[in-house]
Amino acid sequence: MDKETKTNSEQLKKQRKITKTDVQQFLLRGRTFIALFLVLAVFSTLSPQFLGIGNVVIMSKHVAINAILAIGMTFVILTGGIDLSVGSIAGMTAMIAGGLINEGIILPQLGIIIYPHTWMVIVISLAAGTLMGAISGWIITRFNVAPFIATLGMMYIARGMAGLRNNGYTFPNIIGRAEYGNTGFELLGTGSLLGINYSIWIMIAFALIAYFVTSRLPFGRHVFAIGGNEDTAELSGVRVYRTKVIVYSISGFCSAMVGLIIAAQLVAAHPATADTYELSAIAAVVLGGTSLSGGSGGIGGTLIGAFVIGVLVDGLNILGVSSFWQKVIKGAVIVLAVIIDQVQRRMQERIALQEQQEID
Amino acid sequence: MPKDTHVINSESSTMPKTQNDIILSAQNITKIFPGTVALDDVSFDVRKGKVNVLIGENGAGKSTLMKILAGVQPPTSGKILLDGKEIHPRSPLEATRLGIGMIFQELNLCPNLSVVDNIFLAREITRRDGLIARRAQKKRATELLTKLEQKIDPDKLLGDLRIGEQQIVEIAKALAQEVRILIMDEPTSALSASEVEVLFRVIRELKSRGVAIIYISHKLEELLQIGDYITILRDGFKVADEVASNTDVPWMIEKMVGRNPAALFTREERQLGNILLKVENLTMPRLGGGFALDHISFDLHEGEILGFYGLMGAGRSDLVNCLAGAQLQTAGEIWLNDELITTKDVSGRIDAGFMLIPEDRQRYGLVQTLSVKDNMLLASLKNYFNGFFLAHKQENVATEQQVKDLSIRVANPNQPITALSGGNQQKVVVGKGLLTQPKVLLLDEPTRGIDVGAKSEIFEIMNNLASKGYGVVFISSELKEVLAMSDRILVMSKGKITGEFSHQEATEEKLVAASAIGHGPSIGGNHRG
Repeated sequence: MDKETKTNSEQLKKQRKITKTDVQQFLLRGRTFIALFLVLAVFSTLSPQFLGIGNVVIMSKHVAINAILAIGMTFVILTGGIDLSVGSIAGMTAMIAGGLINEGIILPQLGIIIYPHTWMVIVISLAAGTLMGAISGWIITRFNVAPFIATLGMMYIARGMAGLRNNGYTFPNIIGRAEYGNTGFELLGTGSLLGINYSIWIMIAFALIAYFVTSRLPFGRHVFAIGGNEDTAELSGVRVYRTKVIVYSISGFCSAMVGLIIAAQLVAAHPATADTYELSAIAAVVLGGTSLSGGSGGIGGTLIGAFVIGVLVDGLNILGVSSFWQKVIKGAVIVLAVIIDQVQRRMQERIALQEQQEID
Repeated sequence: MPKDTHVINSESSTMPKTQNDIILSAQNITKIFPGTVALDDVSFDVRKGKVNVLIGENGAGKSTLMKILAGVQPPTSGKILLDGKEIHPRSPLEATRLGIGMIFQELNLCPNLSVVDNIFLAREITRRDGLIARRAQKKRATELLTKLEQKIDPDKLLGDLRIGEQQIVEIAKALAQEVRILIMDEPTSALSASEVEVLFRVIRELKSRGVAIIYISHKLEELLQIGDYITILRDGFKVADEVASNTDVPWMIEKMVGRNPAALFTREERQLGNILLKVENLTMPRLGGGFALDHISFDLHEGEILGFYGLMGAGRSDLVNCLAGAQLQTAGEIWLNDELITTKDVSGRIDAGFMLIPEDRQRYGLVQTLSVKDNMLLASLKNYFNGFFLAHKQENVATEQQVKDLSIRVANPNQPITALSGGNQQKVVVGKGLLTQPKVLLLDEPTRGIDVGAKSEIFEIMNNLASKGYGVVFISSELKEVLAMSDRILVMSKGKITGEFSHQEATEEKLVAASAIGHGPSIGGNHRG
């Protein structure tokens, strides 16, 4: 949950006795946590192996991918935008990385092929994803194109480029060769530190950085202000265009990271990597309480949202629920979450008004 | 399909002029919100063919009472009688069917629809086949706008109109509803003097047709002009009920605030300092030809409150927007402390020392989703940024300082900004501006739509700033305010400065005369002029 509402509720409790509305507020504010807890409780009773080490590791790896996309998406949605291109950018960067490792950079004029070091591969791929995001942001701000349209276009373009890179074929076995000095890429997917997969560490790192940026940096405050009222933000000296371009770049960067992780986990780059993942990412953000109209929400909620979705999907899989029912349940959970969100918002508004009237 | 649209013209002379004819009566209304009593046993009579004025500070309970009459909220206890029969309007639509219409203070229009579509929204005139009768609607809309003496094209998008024009459309919309009781909540807050005249003519015509008007306004002088009966609320109680001719402004203020009105304007004589701001030939082209600002030149001294008066669209807002960097297509030179200002964008201008308190508080002043604190700090975040993160301690210190200095009434700075009253919201916007440590403060209608108490506090803040050596540019459409507060007054008309008066020489007549320079003989009324 975001920090400000927390301190707010603490102060509320100091001022008044704990009433029924306080309890309701507490339950509503902590709803995503409660939902996560419930889902975990239900699945672990129904299936003993659900909370087994092996399953938790697999589950967390799935969650990490969606969570990293959702972290980038949170920035975009906080400004009141949307980014439909994240899955495609992930696919494109996977193909860029795969190509760099297996084929290198071919310079026909000089008749040579350069195989960049594994680290360079990662840097180039991340830069490419970030650039794609920046282009979306530039189109949105410079030409006043709706974010939905600009990123829809980018979604097709990036996916098309992913296919073009190798004529629709996969780059298989992207482990590099010792003599070219580009081995070790697959470690990004398979390696672990303290028994925890790298992708989970990356998720934790991204979440911490993103939390810090949104809550403690002027940039984060600008993001919230733009989502709340762009005109006011502009007149308050916020560089709205620049902030937006950066926000879409962040989303592109997160997408690229996901593309790399997936390619490394599969040890292959497939052009359909992360197809339709944007929808799960948006679902996680919304489930976490970030308003689609921008201006309110936060990274903490998004992370829990991603976990709820991940746990739900894995749990239903383990129980052998049909994939069709899984979709029905997932959809219902998302809509329900947003309904509860609206109820809570209205309640919070009422409480604030009451408090204000007491002193007016 | 029968329509009684023709009633407007035919019935005007036949309506009997009954005096003191009470059409609507709210009796012993009490409204309790959890934790607070908004209205305490208030009775309010509305007389047919009269302007029934309701005044009181923000939070006195006016809006609550009106919302109860217009069916937005039910009362906790008490009853409403319409023509002697008890009614229970449960929605604004139901109230409209009973003949009670309302013009809201915060404009209740859709900027994405045309003027015609707005006027007939949810009451579209339809043909027999169910389609919208466009031609009939347009004809009717044109009639209404003509009656209001406005040159507004009914096919224009509402969002493209200026606020004053939008308010006229809101009024036309209410007129189109053929109501018997019309509630007007601050209808003149965005109108220029000439537009107010037109509105008053329309109100008088409505009166003569027996329409009862409930009129809410913070502009006390105009109430004496237009009002017949005056009811005053304070803190949820009715404190006075009087025939307008027996009252005057000091009496009203005293009843409203319960204290001496002499303290409203607090201008002090000050020693002016050096020239702080020098504007030379500031020019801004207008879309579709001509100039919004036509070679404007003026000086502003340290410690000076420079008033700008003019009609709606005279270019005053454009001028301060230019200075604040919100308009990009401008030419001319701006010198601040003898340095030429070269930055063009808002953040550069804020760094240079300009800060705008915009006219439309909701649209340009506040971020509705953020707390009081975050709104207040938005423009000065880099002051609390220590290189790694925003220091909460400094943020809180700055917020609390402003809350104290500006006496902002807020339970807790983490409250959402929307929980505050208009006056307190405005003070938050001013606080946001002051935290940027400006040299020149540009106040665009800072007292619009806020109550007497908050107004006097804003004036006090202006005085304090001026005595500290800030330059204050003060735009207001209210003559009394401009005259009382300004050390010097510039009058604008059609993008030019058409008059300059010192505090001593300025009079209402001189300002009005200067504001009309360049306009035709019938302001606003000449079609295709």
